[in-house]
Amino acid sequence: MKQSIWVRLWRWTIISFVAAYLLVPLYAMFDFSTKSFGLGDKGRNFRAWKMITEQTDLWPAITRSVITAAIVMALIIFLIVPTAIWVHLKLPALRRPFELLCLLPLAIPAIVIVVGIAPLYRWISINISESPITLAGVYSMLILPYTYRSLSAALDAVDIHTLSEAATTLGASISRVIFGIIMPTIKTGIINGSFIAIALVLGEYTISNILNFKTFQVVIAQIGRNSGTVAVAVSLASLLFVILLLLIIPTKKRQGTVLDVDIA
Amino acid sequence: MKFSKLTSGSVAAALVVALAIPVISASTASATSKTNYSKVTTASQGGGMSALAAACQKEGQLNVIALPHYWANYGDMITGFAKQYGVKIDEADPEGSSQQEIDAAVTNKGTNRSPDVFDIGLAVAVKYLGTGTFAPYKVKSWSYLQGAAAVSSTGEVTPNYTGTMTIGYSGALGTITKLNDLLDPKFKGKIALNGDPLGSSAAMNGIFMINKALGGTFDDVTKGVAFFKKLKDAGNFILVNPTQSTIESGQTPVVIDNGYLQANVVKQFAAAGQVWKLFTPASVGSTYNMAISAWAPHPACARLWMEYTLGETGANVFASGGATPTLWVHLVKTGRASADGIASIGKSKVVAEAATAAQTAAARVYLKTAWPEAVGTN
Amino acid sequence: MTQLQYKGTGSANGGTGSRYWKDKTGYLGVLPFLLFSGVFLLYPTWNVVSGAFKDNYGKFSTATLSEVFNSSIARHAFANSLEISVKTAIFGAILGSLFAWAMSMGKPGGVFYKISVALSSVLAQFGGVMLTFAFLATFGFNGFVSTLAVKYLPNSFLAESAWLYGKTGLTVLYTFFQIPLMVLVFLPTLENLKPQWREASDALGGKAYEYWLRIGIPVLTPSFVGGALLLFVNSFSAYATAATLISLSDFLTPLEIATALTSETGGSNPAEAKVLSLFMVIVVVIAMALYALMRKRVSKWEQER
Repeated sequence: MKQSIWVRLWRWTIISFVAAYLLVPLYAMFDFSTKSFGLGDKGRNFRAWKMITEQTDLWPAITRSVITAAIVMALIIFLIVPTAIWVHLKLPALRRPFELLCLLPLAIPAIVIVVGIAPLYRWISINISESPITLAGVYSMLILPYTYRSLSAALDAVDIHTLSEAATTLGASISRVIFGIIMPTIKTGIINGSFIAIALVLGEYTISNILNFKTFQVVIAQIGRNSGTVAVAVSLASLLFVILLLLIIPTKKRQGTVLDVDIA
Repeated sequence: MKFSKLTSGSVAAALVVALAIPVISASTASATSKTNYSKVTTASQGGGMSALAAACQKEGQLNVIALPHYWANYGDMITGFAKQYGVKIDEADPEGSSQQEIDAAVTNKGTNRSPDVFDIGLAVAVKYLGTGTFAPYKVKSWSYLQGAAAVSSTGEVTPNYTGTMTIGYSGALGTITKLNDLLDPKFKGKIALNGDPLGSSAAMNGIFMINKALGGTFDDVTKGVAFFKKLKDAGNFILVNPTQSTIESGQTPVVIDNGYLQANVVKQFAAAGQVWKLFTPASVGSTYNMAISAWAPHPACARLWMEYTLGETGANVFASGGATPTLWVHLVKTGRASADGIASIGKSKVVAEAATAAQTAAARVYLKTAWPEAVGTN
Repeated sequence: MTQLQYKGTGSANGGTGSRYWKDKTGYLGVLPFLLFSGVFLLYPTWNVVSGAFKDNYGKFSTATLSEVFNSSIARHAFANSLEISVKTAIFGAILGSLFAWAMSMGKPGGVFYKISVALSSVLAQFGGVMLTFAFLATFGFNGFVSTLAVKYLPNSFLAESAWLYGKTGLTVLYTFFQIPLMVLVFLPTLENLKPQWREASDALGGKAYEYWLRIGIPVLTPSFVGGALLLFVNSFSAYATAATLISLSDFLTPLEIATALTSETGGSNPAEAKVLSLFMVIVVVIAMALYALMRKRVSKWEQER
């Protein structure tokens, strides 16, 4: 479908406005982080940025947080998405309660969630492990509102009842239906939901700070504690790092696994 | 089958006991390695300073919380302690409040991440006295610390350092000589207070300071609040919470905060070739106290830290950071005050007036309605 | 377009066993999730909600509950929170959905698309001290846009920075992370709009606005409202950004909660924090109920057509 000039104009106006809204403040941060704070030398310098590479506790923290993100991803793909599909497919009466449950983690501010979850993590630290990776449990609940909303949008679109009926009459098992047939069709929903989840795991600060786990963001905050320019530089660096991480994740699907059922 | 399992089990058990006996008797030989440091109340009880240091090195780590590096020179304190005793220091939540320190200890009780020592304001310290949160410990210099006996006779909580509130501002804005200078239009959108008086004691003390400069008392803060209202109406006062970044970038060029924080900014700015000046309209102070957590995962290191910070080394570190340690009067008298410290805070014996917990509580009740009225936004 | 009515809850491939149990085995499917969320979500929520009915010593008491309920200060904070949440939800939803549309019109899987998705994921979580700093650095009294505006557009609102330091500024700051969030949750919906529908509409002589009015908007509305609901709840419980920009304890409900938990000047009252959280949860439940009601009526309306 060829786009008319008006559509193209409208499209680029929106893109420019939103891009400016989002990118200009980030540029202001970058601008400050490269300012020389007096010291006689003029012009830009990357001293603050260079300091980041000299931090030794950064890499273990990154590794830990990335592993936590991977565990949360696994929980999404093997627990949350199948459950969401199951509810949409088989238990329509449970849909609204399930949606409410998924919205609950967002209703309570993080500082209060910590109060509620502290006894559990105390037990986990003493009896299972003191590693920050145990945070994957509570994080997978924190991402529910975002991930579920993303999934829900995709699930509403596709007629999964017909798909599953067709598949089961052709002899597919229930797990094949969920993993092999329905999940590929709601791919965008799953990917977007996963991206927010990864960004959340790598960006979460409040809970890990109060429970004194050295996650990525906690270490970032500590790096910046002595100098304003370094704090800003390291914050921008963490944004860039997560963006790069997300860009590396392959989102191209394998050919030939999508069933596109049209009922129009 | 079962019989042989039983036999092998008992043989194994016997072996373990047999091997353990020499180990156990070896440890009873020297009192120090059997000492339960969480019960020790003075250094001599634990076998003296060297035994304490050895036990700490065995523990290998100290958990501290809410100690920003720029606060009263804690940066040097932490690195100094780590270097001297070769232990790792785990720092949690640098921006936490005193209440959050205690909460963190309760939240993480029983784990290895729980804080070992606290650095808390008087209100929070008094609140938890006698509740089993703190482990009493009297440092060697205890009898020389100003006000130590008054706060807690058993050493549950020990006053550590005091500071006065001050107004710090960028030298680019000229020089402030009197309070009303702040109403000048050149300060538009530039004056910030560290936090909100309903939550932050620094903000509360800032209001007390301005109040006192205008003739008010700790029991009546109306004059102080009225002045802030004037500042807000002129557009000079902003509700932004100042941070290192906002000060460096010039977003909050005038900050009302503790003197020992400002001292660090002065140094930073000087190193960058700029000037940060201080103006103290009236002398209002607050004392920070040190305490050991009753369930500290590293009790020996916690006690060693107390000895370090409340002793001579620590006192001089605090002094060069702009905070007045409670040991200062004694150090000046015995001529052991460092030159750096004297240059920073002088030889003053006068500790700034501070509000009592009751006065703070009463002021808070008043401020709960008066403060948003004065400086609130739409 | 026909609506496939889904009858009953039985499995599609038939089988033996009484119908009663067949209906109930479906519930087993949610058991793993229920167990997991029971531990990591329901248990902490229960701690908080039950704590709202206790005083600070653990004994049952509704004193804090009635105290907060009757407090005009708490109500004012609540009103502020609601106002900002509704505004940012609407602005964020509109701008976000428009941007998502703009993205969907381009090459799917192309460079612009991928970078936008990655950037949105990250910026949706960006907030707190750094976000405030970024906006102060841009629009504050010393900000680089402000200084440019003072030079070139001295009469515009950009030159006069006072707006940033109040409610308006907070709304602008919150919208910053609402837009990417909406983009992410709305993008999957846009795939519903099959190009064949647009072609069919054009072929039948319909104009662009007619397509949107009769086909596009009705299809997208449920997801749009669902996204707006998410944005509303997201903004409602956001805390760190407001704490840095407007450090007034009783300005917003999350700020009140934080003060109740961390105050050094005598305001520490964990029971109050739990009561306020309970009220926040109730608001979310009400919003959710309204949304469910709206969905029901919309689907009824769709069927009637």
